[in-house]
Amino acid sequence: MTTESTAPPTVRGDGRPPVLTIKDLHVYYGNIAAVKGISLEVYQGEIVTLIGANGAGKSTTMRTISGLIKPRKGEIMFEGTRVSGMRGDEVASMGIAQSPEGRRIFPRMTVLENLELGAFLRKDRTTIQADLDRVFDLFPRLKERVSQKGGTLSGGEQQMLAMGRALMAEPRLLLLDEPSMGLAPVLVEVVFEIIERVNSQGTTILLVEQNALAALKIADFAYVLETGHIGLEGPAADLADNEDVRNAYLGLA
Amino acid sequence: MFTDFIEKLQPKSVAGRRILKISGYVALLIFILQLPNFAFTKDTSGPLPLFTIVLCAVYALFALGLNIVVGFAGLLDLGYVAFFLFGAYTAAWLMSDFGYQISERAGASRHQFSFDVHFMSAAADTLKGVHLSFWLVVIIAALVAALAGIAIGAPTLRLKSDYLALVTLGFGEILPEVFRNFGDVGGFNLTNGTKGIGPVDRVDMGLLSRLPKLPLVGKIPANIVSSDYKTKFYVIIVFCALFVYSSLKLRDGRLGRAWMAIREDELAASLMGVPLMRTKLWAYAVGAIAGGVGGAFYATIVGTINVDTFIFAFSIIILCAVILGGMGNVWGAIAGGVVITWFDQTGLVWLSTKFNSAAGTNFDFKSYQFGLFGLVLVLMMLFRPQGLIPATRSRQVKKADKQVLEHDHLGYGLEIGIDPPDHRPRGLPDEFETRRP
Repeated sequence: MTTESTAPPTVRGDGRPPVLTIKDLHVYYGNIAAVKGISLEVYQGEIVTLIGANGAGKSTTMRTISGLIKPRKGEIMFEGTRVSGMRGDEVASMGIAQSPEGRRIFPRMTVLENLELGAFLRKDRTTIQADLDRVFDLFPRLKERVSQKGGTLSGGEQQMLAMGRALMAEPRLLLLDEPSMGLAPVLVEVVFEIIERVNSQGTTILLVEQNALAALKIADFAYVLETGHIGLEGPAADLADNEDVRNAYLGLA
Repeated sequence: MFTDFIEKLQPKSVAGRRILKISGYVALLIFILQLPNFAFTKDTSGPLPLFTIVLCAVYALFALGLNIVVGFAGLLDLGYVAFFLFGAYTAAWLMSDFGYQISERAGASRHQFSFDVHFMSAAADTLKGVHLSFWLVVIIAALVAALAGIAIGAPTLRLKSDYLALVTLGFGEILPEVFRNFGDVGGFNLTNGTKGIGPVDRVDMGLLSRLPKLPLVGKIPANIVSSDYKTKFYVIIVFCALFVYSSLKLRDGRLGRAWMAIREDELAASLMGVPLMRTKLWAYAVGAIAGGVGGAFYATIVGTINVDTFIFAFSIIILCAVILGGMGNVWGAIAGGVVITWFDQTGLVWLSTKFNSAAGTNFDFKSYQFGLFGLVLVLMMLFRPQGLIPATRSRQVKKADKQVLEHDHLGYGLEIGIDPPDHRPRGLPDEFETRRP
């Protein structure tokens, strides 16, 4: 696959500055480079997806944005503030919430307690209640199991809980790391529909996915990661038609 | 089974439950106030003499403190003895004539350096040294222990569970050695070394002694003399009650939720905006407060503080109490502390006597103490890992498990577990698990 960008010049964000800007990000685990200089932008109201194979550096990028890993080089700006180098809880307080890879729900807490922890940084009871209703509206399954322990939910329900929990933080940027991982195909569809709905309600989303086909369907803009750097970028619809992408990631020739 | 039975007995209405709860607390209160008046508590060779009950309550307080760290926040602390030590030495420093001996070894040529302060103390005014009111000392001991908790925690809490346990163990071993050797620091005697500090003043009851004769309690004396275990018992019960109340309030508050989030999944907690270090330090500080208060009280009831009291086994016994009772459950911690201390102090000796006189043998259960504790812990882990009185959480999980089995009506498949199977080597990021072919 070529690394030259095939994307036509597109106008994103209606001339407003991007919400999230990553510039020349390098992330290492010890001496091993996982991310080797990626740059990307996310604009208000978009769904931006980061696709690529295992080991391409997708989740590393997500964790670096969330402050769980410190980058060696480069910077991450969120709404004009430098968030690279901040601690995880500081990044969360900026308005970035992540539904992490592997869901990471609190297994011995009830669904409600999990969701309440999502709103840990918020004080206003009435808006929290409103968001709780919104999450239950998006995920009726969670409402049915509100007093059940997170660890006893099925995989799909746990994914819903992880997303609901992140939404409870009232994020201005929602990071979704592999929301379809380990889910039955029918559930993958449900989850992606919900992602679209959340986005249409006004939340900007950065989505990391291995399920490139599904991700490109709902995204506005996409970046293709290849072993630590961005190989391709462009509007999601263009990439879905791109011959290389179809060959390498969609299994469609 | 037993808990199911209890649940069936509970009234269905909210008001009914509340009445039951309140009457339960009232009954407990009357029982506690009445306890020192029962005849069996006066029989010092019997199964339950009052001084054992007092020690049980002290250890229950320690267990309550460690329960915050281990049970609520999920941080394995094997050095709880450090806070006990700080509390006890604070009392010894501030409630004895030791303040007068600090420069004892400095020799005549050096400037005599000593303290001579009295404040609402039970000690006679003619005594030299620092003699503060016990109640003031308790507050100071709580602060000293909390600061010690923060000082020990700040550099160590970045470590993950097993390593944290090892470092706390190290601190618990090092501190008593430091105190043992600080009898001479550049000519100054800070801890009186192996000789220990004593006698520690009695507990002053101050204004409380002016109260008229109370029902169930009786007249409160001006000072607690060494044989007055009844008043000692009331004092420690007040501390336990305060700590139970604070534990429950904290657990249900914002800090408690943050602790549990960290216990469940540190990474996810951080993503939710929980400041990891600060939250963990709070757990250490609050847990240490119980250690400090219990230590100060302990110093006043035993009268002399000796560094040999502060051994590793103490940390383990308190940890056993928390595990035995049920990690994360306040009542469980109390039950664990009481049961373990009873066996430790009286139970084993009493059982030996009973057993030997019945069977005509000459067993000494007390000498098998740690073997028996170990056996109990192993059996607990095998048959009842959630403890005697499990946290309501673990009870609800069982119930929830049942619900899932009964109502998986959407056929999403059962995945009772925490995460999908994860075969990735620990510490390696997922990116290196598999490479693109």
